[in-house]
Amino acid sequence: MAEIPIAWFLTLSAVLFVLGVAGFLFRRNIITVFMSIELMLNAVNLSFVAFSYQLKQVDGNLFAFFVMVVAAAEAAVGLAIILTVFKNRSTLNIDEVETMKN
Amino acid sequence: MPISFPTTLDLGRFLPEILLTVFGTLFMVLDAVLQKRSKNLFGHLTLLALAAALGASLYAGSEPGPAFGGMLVVDGFATFFRVLVLGVGMLIVLSSYRFLARENAETGEYHALLLFSLAGQCLMASANDLIMVFIGLEISSIASYVLAGYLRDDKRANEAALKYFLLGSFATAFFLYGVAILYGSTGTVKLDQIHAVLTGPNAPFPVFVTLAAALMLVGLGFKVSAAPFQVWAPDVYQGAPTPVAAFLSAAPKAAAFAVFLRIFTTALEPIGTAWEPLAWGSALASMTIGNFAALLQSNIKRMLAYSSIAHAGYVLVALTARSDTGTSAAMFYLAAYALMNLGAFAVVTHLSGKGERYLTLDDFAGLAQKQPFTAAMLTIFLLSLIGVPLTGGFFGKFYIFKAALDSHLVWLAVLGLLNSAVAAYYYLRVLVMMYMHDPSQAVQEAEPLSHGLQLALVLPALGTLFLGIFPNWVLEFAGHSAALMK
Repeated sequence: MAEIPIAWFLTLSAVLFVLGVAGFLFRRNIITVFMSIELMLNAVNLSFVAFSYQLKQVDGNLFAFFVMVVAAAEAAVGLAIILTVFKNRSTLNIDEVETMKN
Repeated sequence: MPISFPTTLDLGRFLPEILLTVFGTLFMVLDAVLQKRSKNLFGHLTLLALAAALGASLYAGSEPGPAFGGMLVVDGFATFFRVLVLGVGMLIVLSSYRFLARENAETGEYHALLLFSLAGQCLMASANDLIMVFIGLEISSIASYVLAGYLRDDKRANEAALKYFLLGSFATAFFLYGVAILYGSTGTVKLDQIHAVLTGPNAPFPVFVTLAAALMLVGLGFKVSAAPFQVWAPDVYQGAPTPVAAFLSAAPKAAAFAVFLRIFTTALEPIGTAWEPLAWGSALASMTIGNFAALLQSNIKRMLAYSSIAHAGYVLVALTARSDTGTSAAMFYLAAYALMNLGAFAVVTHLSGKGERYLTLDDFAGLAQKQPFTAAMLTIFLLSLIGVPLTGGFFGKFYIFKAALDSHLVWLAVLGLLNSAVAAYYYLRVLVMMYMHDPSQAVQEAEPLSHGLQLALVLPALGTLFLGIFPNWVLEFAGHSAALMK
């Protein structure tokens, strides 16, 4: 079986990352925005694992594990924050969460 | 790979973080278990924990060296920033006593989160490996997100927490992508090894390393609220509880700059010419946007937020200088900035009243008539923020622009100086309000200063004056540790 070249993984990772950035910038639902961030983190993880495989080292895999752990902690805190926002305003549209202006 | 257990030396060098985490966890348990308690209990315990961690930092700093196989390094630079963030933590606790009582807020969780956040920042100060940098950054950030929304029934605080969380995680993703590319092109995540690879014979293709540096610059730029990544700062500072806003503007920022300085002046120094223009542009944009936007603000917290963006710009000037003088100037400035800014925020905490009703510039009118002491303290902080001689802010700016001139960044220094002249206007406006107008409603209603707030004003004021009159003591330490970092 022919081996898949590393460039493909890296391209996929870059595409996913850009999709995440686009989602973050253009989506209006807070949960979707949050999912876009998770997509970006997973794109990075893919890069880490691909590099780790190519370099035949364990460091990249280790890093990917730490990213997953941190992403989980972030999700816990983030969803709690999103929940309090929803409780106070009954909306999840990011444009309506805008009370502070000079 | 052989399994090695941490030695006592490793643990000794990691002691501040251990203490902070243990105390923080203990608080969460105590908060659930203790039924009857005095409302200041957790504040006192936090001061105790911070004093212990401060002692541990100094102890660890007395015997510098690496820990855990080089993942952490305790050098003068790390000790400087550990002491700085722990000092910030103490001042925040002092100005929070009254605030938490006034808002009827839970005290246990607040202090536990503060300790966790500080643990992350101490880790950032001593990290010598990108994994440790990342973990420190996230421990610090995740706890700060919650702190920003601590008053959870307050709409403004929710909004602040949400924005801080979304943009903070967005920034982290950029930083991580930079780390991934750097790892892919150099094959290591240890800062000293990255430096060795980049200067060695098999240096990787520079385009990738530059891309990695740019992505990391974006991520860290968000964390220190440098332009063009500053959009979150005004909303977050305005919406977050005032002591938390003070904390965010001092401790996480100083720690993020510590990481910034360590990564960019050690590991990425070999490609310095590639990232210098980026830092140059960001420094100028931060100073200009920060100062000019601050002119237009009528909310005091928003004004301080823009001013903090401008001050991040000044520190970036020092980073752009790419020299030991620049690094030590940045360290000095961050210490001076933390003191004067915390002092200014403590006055805002004092005056804002229950529910943070009084936050406009007009609310400061006539403060000098009713509370001359508070007004005098605020005067010191504002003069230092302007950069008037005999204050820490003056020497901070002086050293930064001197470092810029030494590195032939003449234009940046000139534009920076012009910027500080603009900044004088909006700080002076507050002074005029305090001294030349009749007392406002807010000033009439203001309670006398509590003991905690008194300390939270006097200590930074003394520190500001100390740095302004005897700058050499701190500067020499900073210069010494900047030179040793390489």
